[in-house]
Amino acid sequence: MAKAAAKTTATASPSAERRPALAGRSVSATDVKVEVLPPAERISLRAPEASVAALSKALGVTLPKKPKTSTSKAGRTALWLGPDEWLVIDEAGNDPLADCAGVSALHSSVGISHRNIAIAVTGPAAEAAINSGCPQDLSLEAFPVGAASRTILGKAEIVLLRTAEDAFRVECWRSFSDYVFTFLSEGARDAAG
Amino acid sequence: MSGAFRIPSAGRLSQAKTARFSFDGQSYSGIEGDTLASALLANGVHLVGRSFKYHRPRGVLSAGAEEPNALVQIVRDDARKTPNVRATVQELYDGLAANSQNRWPSLSFDVGAVNDIASPMFSAGFYYKTFMWPKAAWKSLYEPKIREAAGLGVSPDRPDPDHYSSRYAHCDVLVLGGGAAGIAAALAAAGTGVRVILADEQAEFGGSLRFESGAKIDGQDGFAWAQAAIARLSAMDNVRVLPRTTAFGYYAQNFVALVERVSDHLKAPGHDLPRERLWQVRAKRVVLASGAIERHMVFANNDRPGIMLAGAARTFLNHYGVAVGRNVGVYTANDSAYAAAIDLKKAGVNVAAIVDLRDNPTGPVIDEARALGIEINFGRAVIRAGGKLRVSSMTVQPKNGGGERTIPVDAILMSAGWTPSVHLFSQSRGKVAFNHETQRFVPGTYAQDCVSVGACNGTDGLSATVDEAYAAGAKAAKDAGAKTAKGTKPKVDASENWSRGMLGAAPGAGPDTTVKAFVDFQNDVTAKDIRQAVHEGMRSIEHVKRFTTNGMATDQGKTSNMHGLAIAAETLGKPIPEVGLTTFRAPYTPVTFGAIVSHARGPLFDPTRKTAIHPWAEAHGAVFEDVGQWKRAWYFPKAGEDMHAAVDRECVAVRNQAGLFDASTLGKIEVVGPDAAKFMELLYTNPWEKLEPGRCRYGIMLREDGFIYDDGVVGRLAPDRFHVTTTTGGAPRVMNHMEDYLQTEFPHLNVWLTSITEQWAVIAVQGPSARKIIEPLVEGIDMSDEALPHMSVREGKICGVPTRLFRMSFTGERGFEVNVPADYGQAVWEALWAEGQKHGAAAYGTEAMHVLRAEKGYIIVGQDTDGTVTPNDAGLDWAVGKKKTDFVGIRGMMRPDLVAKGRKQLVGLKTKDPKVVLEEGAQIVEDPKQAIPMKMIGHVTSSYWSQNCGRSIALALVTGGRDRMGDTLYVPMPNGVIEVEVTGMVFFDETGGRLNG
Amino acid sequence: MLLIRCPYCEEERPELEFRNAGEAHIARSANMAGESDDDFEKFFFIRSNPKGIIYERWRHMHGCARFFNAVRDTVTDKFIMTYKAGEPKPAKLPKDSNEVVAK
Repeated sequence: MAKAAAKTTATASPSAERRPALAGRSVSATDVKVEVLPPAERISLRAPEASVAALSKALGVTLPKKPKTSTSKAGRTALWLGPDEWLVIDEAGNDPLADCAGVSALHSSVGISHRNIAIAVTGPAAEAAINSGCPQDLSLEAFPVGAASRTILGKAEIVLLRTAEDAFRVECWRSFSDYVFTFLSEGARDAAG
Repeated sequence: MSGAFRIPSAGRLSQAKTARFSFDGQSYSGIEGDTLASALLANGVHLVGRSFKYHRPRGVLSAGAEEPNALVQIVRDDARKTPNVRATVQELYDGLAANSQNRWPSLSFDVGAVNDIASPMFSAGFYYKTFMWPKAAWKSLYEPKIREAAGLGVSPDRPDPDHYSSRYAHCDVLVLGGGAAGIAAALAAAGTGVRVILADEQAEFGGSLRFESGAKIDGQDGFAWAQAAIARLSAMDNVRVLPRTTAFGYYAQNFVALVERVSDHLKAPGHDLPRERLWQVRAKRVVLASGAIERHMVFANNDRPGIMLAGAARTFLNHYGVAVGRNVGVYTANDSAYAAAIDLKKAGVNVAAIVDLRDNPTGPVIDEARALGIEINFGRAVIRAGGKLRVSSMTVQPKNGGGERTIPVDAILMSAGWTPSVHLFSQSRGKVAFNHETQRFVPGTYAQDCVSVGACNGTDGLSATVDEAYAAGAKAAKDAGAKTAKGTKPKVDASENWSRGMLGAAPGAGPDTTVKAFVDFQNDVTAKDIRQAVHEGMRSIEHVKRFTTNGMATDQGKTSNMHGLAIAAETLGKPIPEVGLTTFRAPYTPVTFGAIVSHARGPLFDPTRKTAIHPWAEAHGAVFEDVGQWKRAWYFPKAGEDMHAAVDRECVAVRNQAGLFDASTLGKIEVVGPDAAKFMELLYTNPWEKLEPGRCRYGIMLREDGFIYDDGVVGRLAPDRFHVTTTTGGAPRVMNHMEDYLQTEFPHLNVWLTSITEQWAVIAVQGPSARKIIEPLVEGIDMSDEALPHMSVREGKICGVPTRLFRMSFTGERGFEVNVPADYGQAVWEALWAEGQKHGAAAYGTEAMHVLRAEKGYIIVGQDTDGTVTPNDAGLDWAVGKKKTDFVGIRGMMRPDLVAKGRKQLVGLKTKDPKVVLEEGAQIVEDPKQAIPMKMIGHVTSSYWSQNCGRSIALALVTGGRDRMGDTLYVPMPNGVIEVEVTGMVFFDETGGRLNG
Repeated sequence: MLLIRCPYCEEERPELEFRNAGEAHIARSANMAGESDDDFEKFFFIRSNPKGIIYERWRHMHGCARFFNAVRDTVTDKFIMTYKAGEPKPAKLPKDSNEVVAK
């Protein structure tokens, strides 16, 4: 890391207000609710197989090695996105970027807490609402609780995580959040019918 | 009373539930559960439309989706006027309003019917032959006139106010068709517990059980059994039952598109319901149970209203309780029409006579008809129908000639036999096979994991159909992974059986005749037209089809294809399979654009991407422009300012004080790993190994062909970490390009790429006061020129939040780009704005950004380059590492044409008249007096009014441009020739002193 | 819409998640700068465009994001098999895609 210069010129440091995209938005329909989740800490973690154990230890969650799966512990979830790629989400207020900083094993850890926003889709019709634009088979056999995958919703890329039989977490990039939220809302309206 | 032709004792509709409706302004009464067709027939209305070409009066032919004639316009309100709705499919609701189509001034008196009298003019190929000359008249005269005169309904002229939805679904067994076969297959598959979807185009399941009064299954009437079975299936968790749902397209790997009509049958659908829902289903196995379609008899005037398919007349009676006439004739070539005659006779309708082409058929239905006292004529043909707006008689003759006899009738029920519906099978790329014995095409070779059962497979008889379908359903489930089977096969107690029939023209409409015996009702194609096509040289059925338009109407020839083929084969003197069957294509029935577009309209047409700072820009009056999917602030007009004034003010402010610019949309990629510099060396022309952490460099990316692909400033944050920026529009493809090389060409490198475009909001602060604006808000970064020189980067904090602070400039002024986590973007912008106000800073948009960079001769990839520009062409040779042995594009750059003399090079242009602003894209010539076409030696790539320079400025790609410095060139424009001088690309602060100013 | 088996995700996924990336097994020279004009032409411009079996690259763009190779029949549009990037051209092809799926 580039070291910050020793000399500082700042006298005051007002704290900037955080304004997450779509904060607090939610839509409810019969049997399904679409709700923007609060901010979370996130990293995009890339590493070869040999580093997985060390990183798992540092993060306190075992990085999954099986495609389309995730692991979760103490408010921290690791989603398998590719053979050397994980999305680590921390909802407990701890910083996974800092946890990886001390790991000497080969890896790349990049903070993306602000890049993504998360939308919860919950209720008996959640699966149908997401299937309004997602072409994957989301039945419990094909996409069980804990399943995670990058995929498509309409014309946007999303990361999908099944958190319960009738609950999903949809992650998308910040500027796509309006599109994704609106799409899911329409999907929810139709799934309810 | 719901119509004079309603028979209260017949049908399944509840007489109590009446529904009012109107047709051509006339009010009628029907019953809930009616289709528009059955309701009209109940009121004795047979005349429902005019034909496409001859404007002949037409009535209802069928009782289902195959209907070619009864097309109407359904009018819900000003915006909802759906044309070409089949009256046989449209369910009645209270208040339904329908109009007939293709007639003027009225349905019973239609001026266009003159075409019928003049019909010798309009035979097959008429349009092709007549409107050939002069060529130009086709577009201006013939086509519009023909379209006006012909055509079917009228398109609605307002935006569609309904909404449409879509759903992806997966199942183990998809059953298409909900007659006895489909239901039996679904029961068998569902019993195993696998996921089953059962779809049928009708509102109610049952298929031909709707009219087969002789069917008994599991001790129940066939239709009642079907309803009970559907109720059982609907109650199962593993089964989805979709009524009113047509499978219209069968694509690769058992991907089937279906459209569900959700609310067209409702009086007041409400806002939450979509009009239609598109289902895109992926099935492990598909069971096709699409049934068979009855064919009409091809004889003179067989299109008169009141003449219809026997099975349809039977459906109207047995399901809807409607008698299609009071004195009906029957014309048939197979047994099935007898059943219709028997049912009607039993319901009290007089059956004037049955005319049967066959010589001496025997069987129970014939015996029964005879026992009921119905007159039966074997070996005879109906050679013509009488009447015009309604059939009034049928003229009968022995089929080999002889005395004619005319029998008065008010309806004729006809049946030439049944055609298996192999449409979906054919769409699945399966090959049909012709069965010579039964004279029909049936599924032959399968291309996908599907199976046909029942009538669409050429299986005759209810018992055989149910056996076959149940077994197929069970097997499909097993093949899809079912472990256990549960349930019992339905037992067929009684059924009707028929098969065979005839193909082609009936006697009296043979080769020696010129009568109008229709093969294709919707496109007005007669038997004679088909023969004429063959006589004029068409040999392949595909040519006959296109020449005559047989089967090319919206009904896709569901009733006509086999007749047309048989007539063509007969005329050619070839067996049917040698002439071949035309290909069936999606959609099976017409599909609305709404269903296809589904959610992708309005805000969901395409994602609209907005930056974290967008709300501020919006609140401060920004005008936005689209850059790819992004909305970017274009300029910030103050009260009374036009774009020109706003941009001038913004440009001047940046050079004199400072400006704030939202650069968040720039692509950003974090390149991390011990081999990061090595990777950068390979992907960019520049050298990177020696770039010190904390410093930045302008990088150029080429494609392997040696042309510029992208550019951007790259900061090295640490030995193993680069912060790469790309153009706004280039971000996704640059990422893909880098990943491609990393994964497939340089997989040995230990480096990873992460898109951080949206992690960081970027605020450019540019201008002489830039440092003064930022400094008070920054912690942990020494902002002196010594500590933070031009082209350097530091990490620290601003407004208490983390920042990657770049000292860089795309304006030529002292400049910074403040990266902060996106959610803080607006707050930090507001803080910088507040500081900026103390120093006279302005917010500037993309237009001012463009002008400012052009004043400095900084290129924009994709504007000043077009995919054929090398670094040398762009004057960027200095950015190519001379000592490098490899990078993407190194070899492409050496290609003979890329190093040849006389390439187009990027230069500056100054108009001789400083007030004239060139047009971007304008062509440049050496000699304006040369003859047209002139030799063009280049074009203008960027051109602006520069308030800072007090004149217009432009960049251009000009052949051998750098050797032309000071030359005068010319830009010919419609209003005269503009003189320009070739200059260097830097128009402002040529020494670059202001970067530290 | 096709189903394509991603060799990294180890399952068939909808075509919408994928992007074609041109012909496979065209190696970039380790000595790129020293390539002759003819060799560069072959490398950069010449593609086989066969009727029948084609070896091509795909990227599971909106999935695991990996590039991989596929054998496809351009006549039937059927995927015969897929394999990871860097793996050699298969010596022997399975009879049809089902065989691979069943594996």
